[in-house]
Amino acid sequence: MRQEMETKKPNLAVRIFRFYYDGFRSMTVGRKLWLIILIKLFIMFAVFRLFFFRDFLEERFDTDEQKSDYVIETLTNF
Amino acid sequence: MIENLDMSLVDWSRGQFALTAMFHWLFVPLTLGLSFILAFMETIYVKTGDEFWKRTTKFWMTIFGINFAIGVATGIILEFEFGTNWSNYSWFVGDIFGAPLAIEGIMAFFLESTFIAVMFFGWNKVGKKFHLLSTWLVAIGANLSALWILVANAWMQNPVGMFFNPETARNEMVNFWEVLFSQSAVNKFLHTISSGFVLGALVVIGISSWYLLKRREQLMAKRSMIVASVFGLLSGLFLIFTGDSSARDIARDQPMKFAAMEALYEGKTRAPLVLAGALRGEEAGSGLGEREFLFRIEVPGVLSYMVHLDPAGFVPGILDLVRGNEEHGVLSLEEKISRGTVAMEALRELKDIRDTDSERYSELLARFSDEEWVENHFRYFGYGYFRGKDPATVIPHVPIAFYSFHLMVFLGGFFVLVFLATLYWGIRDQMDNKRWFLRIALWTIPLAYIASQAGWVLSEMGRQPWVIQDLMPTFAAVSRIDTETVQITFWLFAVTFTALLIAELSIMFKQVKSGPKEGEK
Repeated sequence: MRQEMETKKPNLAVRIFRFYYDGFRSMTVGRKLWLIILIKLFIMFAVFRLFFFRDFLEERFDTDEQKSDYVIETLTNF
Repeated sequence: MIENLDMSLVDWSRGQFALTAMFHWLFVPLTLGLSFILAFMETIYVKTGDEFWKRTTKFWMTIFGINFAIGVATGIILEFEFGTNWSNYSWFVGDIFGAPLAIEGIMAFFLESTFIAVMFFGWNKVGKKFHLLSTWLVAIGANLSALWILVANAWMQNPVGMFFNPETARNEMVNFWEVLFSQSAVNKFLHTISSGFVLGALVVIGISSWYLLKRREQLMAKRSMIVASVFGLLSGLFLIFTGDSSARDIARDQPMKFAAMEALYEGKTRAPLVLAGALRGEEAGSGLGEREFLFRIEVPGVLSYMVHLDPAGFVPGILDLVRGNEEHGVLSLEEKISRGTVAMEALRELKDIRDTDSERYSELLARFSDEEWVENHFRYFGYGYFRGKDPATVIPHVPIAFYSFHLMVFLGGFFVLVFLATLYWGIRDQMDNKRWFLRIALWTIPLAYIASQAGWVLSEMGRQPWVIQDLMPTFAAVSRIDTETVQITFWLFAVTFTALLIAELSIMFKQVKSGPKEGEK
């Protein structure tokens, strides 16, 4: 009987999945919060990052040497 | 290029960064403080087995969860801004910023994100002790996450442990431990997290006061107040201690900020500490914007004692730092500009002759590795930008530094009194009769946020014009992008952040009004 119960125990991955699944299912306030988190992350990464916050040096130069030259030029040309 | 720089670009970029950082900082201190209060409450539950403490812990955990959820990832926007708006700065700081921020990301992910799920979902599913361990690890993880960003910030105020590579124009970390354990980093970390503990405690006391005013959840409110007041009182006293150490750091590494905090124009031995005061407008024709006090209450010798642990010690004023003071070994601005210009010209020449004069190139390169030259010239690199400029441009906005410092200190002292009173009446079970005090405690919540923000205003506005102390002025750090783009994102952030703040406050108020419920997540 004990051996049968042990064999029926789900593996760790399944238990972790169920832990999170049950946790999310039984949320009340948390559901609204998750919705806010998802909307916020969407705005941050799909709107701000993609359209407004490109990496300035990455976008203009291919190599680190070019970036260094540009920054030295900018910093010392006063 | 710097000469042709549109200063409105600098102002908008600074405004945007300030908006984002201040918004982010609305959430962080409550996470830092409340996480430990949860851990204390749950420890009492596990020790006593009393279900009351489980219910109480779960209620405050919900408040913690709301704050955490709305605030999470708002700091990432700051990293976006580094790459887009502050590219010169991002390049110049090199791996000094990269390493701590990477560690922060990993720590935040593994410690907070993993154990926070156990903390919220694990009641009755994992063992009591494992759940308690998870709550403690969330508190420790949240505070350790803060460590790394504060270390990076402290480096900007006091750059140490690095070597400037003139071939790449990047600072390279040569001593991780010096960066991590510099006196300014340690004090900044301890002062900042203890301010978060104080804020967390005041939020718990304030919300509990509301319940007592409404004559609801009285046992939970009273017991929560006692836990929060003990934690808050110890944190508040520690905050004073770390504030004192931080002041000494500022006097040593950022003497101009220190003089501005006290509106000290003429340096003095037996310098007094201004307890309270009001400044007049700038004196006409003063040249350096000197301001007289309309009134002030001061304690003689205390400022000197704070800095030197000797009331007879000399504290340089703003004018000494501009004009120099040979008697007390204070370099003049003119001398610093001259030394910085030498370093800047060496960097420019190094780049110009890279492919044409190898002998001169090696000679110049060697200078940047020569400790004496670095100490006497490169250390003042940023002053090279102020050649020919009005000396007033190296002075921070004195009223902002003065008022933010004094407001923070005054409120910090007031909070300690609130904790003492809460503890005294809480232990004697007399809190119900002190309705006037409960109202004060409730309204102390916004004051805690104001004090916390004032601390950052002092830290960041007080160190102007520097983004990296003595090495890089703020105007040299910005990317040459369109001002309009920065304006658009400023307003986008303002709208998004306002919406998020409204969402948080409405959810939190609703949660507080509905009170603790069994099984809520």
